[in-house]
Amino acid sequence: MAGMMLDVEDLRIRFGTLEAVRGASFAIAEGESFGLVGESGSGKSTILRALAGLNRDWDGTVRLAGEPLGRLRDRAFFRRVQMVFQDPYGSLHPRQTIDRILAEPLIVHGFGDIDARICRALEEVSLPAAMRFRYPHQLSGGQRQRVAIARALISEPEVLLLDEPTSALDVSVQAEVLNLLTDLRRARGLTYLMVGHNLAVVTHLCERIAVMSHGEIVETVTAEDLRQGRVQHPHTVELRALSLDLAEAQGQGGESDLSQARTGTAP
Amino acid sequence: MSVVARNLCVTFDTPHGPVEAVRGISFQIGREKVGIVGESGSGKSLTARSILRLLPGQARMTADELSFDGIDVAQASERAMRRIRGKRAGLILQDPKHSLNPVMSAGRQIAESWRVHRGGSRREAMEAAVDLLAQVQIRNPAQVAERYPHELSGGMGQRVMIAMMLAPDPEFLIADEPTSALDATVQAEIMRLIEELASERGMGLMLISHDLPLVSHFCDRVLVMYAGQIVEELKAGELGRARHGYTQGLLSCLPSLSHPRERLNVMQREAEWLA
Repeated sequence: MAGMMLDVEDLRIRFGTLEAVRGASFAIAEGESFGLVGESGSGKSTILRALAGLNRDWDGTVRLAGEPLGRLRDRAFFRRVQMVFQDPYGSLHPRQTIDRILAEPLIVHGFGDIDARICRALEEVSLPAAMRFRYPHQLSGGQRQRVAIARALISEPEVLLLDEPTSALDVSVQAEVLNLLTDLRRARGLTYLMVGHNLAVVTHLCERIAVMSHGEIVETVTAEDLRQGRVQHPHTVELRALSLDLAEAQGQGGESDLSQARTGTAP
Repeated sequence: MSVVARNLCVTFDTPHGPVEAVRGISFQIGREKVGIVGESGSGKSLTARSILRLLPGQARMTADELSFDGIDVAQASERAMRRIRGKRAGLILQDPKHSLNPVMSAGRQIAESWRVHRGGSRREAMEAAVDLLAQVQIRNPAQVAERYPHELSGGMGQRVMIAMMLAPDPEFLIADEPTSALDATVQAEIMRLIEELASERGMGLMLISHDLPLVSHFCDRVLVMYAGQIVEELKAGELGRARHGYTQGLLSCLPSLSHPRERLNVMQREAEWLA
């Protein structure tokens, strides 16, 4: 398809005899935010890892801005496509300072002006400059995830692959990180591919959502369709019902009461 | 059976002086379902562990009263505590991948828990284990009993954990983030299972989580903790009537399917909450 940032056709991934992804196809436009939801084992993270070049054993066609991607990725690819992982406790090198962590992609890709870029990167994810020479264990989970996002953005990518970026965080921190991702996408015109199992979180960030089950995409819907309940597949219906069920626990009308109490204005 | 805490404090000594992780909280839990909600570091897990006296070695616990069914937990001997832990009060932890023994089959672990507290022969214990697996709604319990933890999915592993905790037929169950490592669909199934089992057996349930809507869905009342204190107590159906700024913040920063918004509310923490 023309004008598509990331175009995946009939992607198949197998581990030994297990076919983890059985012919997934989707296309993401430039600047679009696309979500993959499903339970564990449905193949959503497997797709993300194959796209990121972390797993070379796949079949099908993947195009980045129209260019077919091979199994082996060159350096230019990693500049254009970056990934943020689920667990900020595991994805940062424990023996490297934040400065070193952020400098590495700059050195790899031959950027100049490293000092200024690191300062700007920290500022962009709202981390104080004082964090620069600290180690990951001195930071909270939310701060670490900000560092992981800063590291992904520092090589000025066009596509960000997000693997459950907030599921290891507290809800209050989750809100901050989701807002940050919303702002960054708007400011930089980024394309997102986000994987998650929490429908409300993925729908918040993504305009279109593909629902996966047993290695297949069973339905692709817009966020609006999902909100309005225009969904067909039983699995999507179930996920949606579950999400609404829990939201209801917040109390019908309770939410508007809350915003009234806080801002003093009617919602 | 009831668990009573009055002015419970848990303190850690650090090189920078003592840090109070739990700051004088009081509650009473009978045969009911109570949720404790708060973010990481709020002291909710330490509170639960205090009841079983399973605190990390460097923690100091003080309380005007901390009792389990009239037994003074602070003063009780190790022997007396062992009769409570597991037997009368079970503890379900977050991640079955870490809390199950990786080199023992699921059935044997459950059988061990059954035998330690009830005695009986190995064969009886194994039969009881299979029966317990059936009770936690595993369809082919005899086969699952043979499997090792790495052969089980997260949801299945958590069911095995629950079966193990139910083996001695406890009166009180503490579930510390029992579903945080699981996906949304499995999460709901496991929560429903815990809730049903607690109701059927008339157990007291203390459910610890950071997910306020989830907890209120399955509990009778909810204690909200912030920075080591209980800042608010709510009936489950009355989340909308939360008064405290922290509880309101927790609710309003959640993305919602039915009320979409461009940007989420961010928690504005106020100094007075720490008072």
